[in-house]
Amino acid sequence: MIKTTYAKGKVVAKTGNEVMAEAMRQIAPDVVAAYPITPATEIVQIFSQFVADGLVPTEFVAVESEHSAMSACIGACAAGARTMTGTSSQGLALMWEMLYIAAGLRLPLVMAVINRALSAPINIHGDQSDTMGARDAGWIQIYSENSQEAYDNMVQSTRIAEKLQLPTMITTDGFIISHCMEVVEILPDEDVKKFAGEFKPERYLLDIKRPYTLGAIDLQDYYFEHRFQLADAMNNAIPVILEVAQDFYKTFGRKYDLYEKYCMDDAEVALVIIGSAAGTAKVVVDDLRSKGVKAGLIKIRVFRPFPAKQLAADLAKLKVVAVMDRADSCSGAGAPLYTDVTAALYSNANAGLPLPKVVDYVYGLGGRDIDLDHFHEVFARLEKIKAGGPIGPVVEYINVRK
Amino acid sequence: MKAEEHKLTAKELPVGDILEAGTAVAFKTGAWRSIRPVWNAQKCIQCMICWISCPDTSIIVKDGKVTGINYDHCKGCGICAVECPKKVCAITMEAEKK
Repeated sequence: MIKTTYAKGKVVAKTGNEVMAEAMRQIAPDVVAAYPITPATEIVQIFSQFVADGLVPTEFVAVESEHSAMSACIGACAAGARTMTGTSSQGLALMWEMLYIAAGLRLPLVMAVINRALSAPINIHGDQSDTMGARDAGWIQIYSENSQEAYDNMVQSTRIAEKLQLPTMITTDGFIISHCMEVVEILPDEDVKKFAGEFKPERYLLDIKRPYTLGAIDLQDYYFEHRFQLADAMNNAIPVILEVAQDFYKTFGRKYDLYEKYCMDDAEVALVIIGSAAGTAKVVVDDLRSKGVKAGLIKIRVFRPFPAKQLAADLAKLKVVAVMDRADSCSGAGAPLYTDVTAALYSNANAGLPLPKVVDYVYGLGGRDIDLDHFHEVFARLEKIKAGGPIGPVVEYINVRK
Repeated sequence: MKAEEHKLTAKELPVGDILEAGTAVAFKTGAWRSIRPVWNAQKCIQCMICWISCPDTSIIVKDGKVTGINYDHCKGCGICAVECPKKVCAITMEAEKK
């Protein structure tokens, strides 16, 4: 249920893809270069219609692949244009080498990514394998639980990217959010435009009065310094993301943080989860709370940079935690969110804080459902561990026919 | 002894692999040469084919006329000697003296 927070906002029924396209129209980037892929096709399809109808002055570049799409975006952004695109799954995979180049050149592109499983076997449905694989590319990653969050995150995206000079992905779960119609509060065009402001890069290639070379070869002497600059930017990104969220809250009335804490004040057992399944899990938390179980939930919004310090401090108050991963890293040692959460806890443990017990669940691959019963099953196990029961296998796969 | 080059720190470097334009002027690539083009002013017909062909802009032109070769930057690729019309043969490649 959406709470309207802005008097001038308009409540409409729209899909995740529609609201992401809507936010892009309102931001009105100079360039959008994109290639269609299910389930993100609609974003750029709707956006190209906006361009064709003269509703947005953007230069739309229809390219022949995602590799070309990201390449064109890199070129446009380096030239000084505010640039956006959208993709999913195999499309993101095809962009791979260009993702790292966008980050290394410190180009503040914004990309809507609709999370979808990676082949093989081919599958068009939602899991987070695609963006989880891109987690080390040097991009900011912000995940959305529902259409409202997808829209609000898009509205905040250009400011975050441009202030930090870091490319930014805004994601939602394929089909579950991208294609489901929800009630969403859309903000007025002029207010979004004002919030996003203008893109004023310090250096850009079309500035003929201050010419420069971009992307020159950089060997033993300088590569490390440039990569350190990138790491340093990511290490210091959190205050900027929070500052933009704070301004969004002051302007439009909806509050965003690095992650959402749900019933966490006195929680003893909790989930750490990303994306749309958090909505289902919250229903279970409510149900357990009504039965006196001290259950809670943390929903990660900002995954890159990873809010390790803040998260570890919040998790230290718990007894048992289940990390829910909608992606597997096939590492033999737990999925991506689990390894980041446990690493954060260990760093924190060194600072003298207590450690909760942590287990990992891989769920929902290829769009496999996760329902209320599954979350009840997870919480039941956490309660048993809390009562002194055995932990059992640390990494579990839920709702799969083994 | 040449003073050691000051290598920029991450803080001093411009953000994002940016290199100011025109730095090739200061980078003397002439030392890479094993053979050198020798230009003969008497034979040259000022057709400018060498000037347009040189990949390193090392053909020196003054007042619209070729006046010589910039050995600070010429890498000795020999394109100018090949492109110089055969009947003219104003540029020949000679071994660099060791």
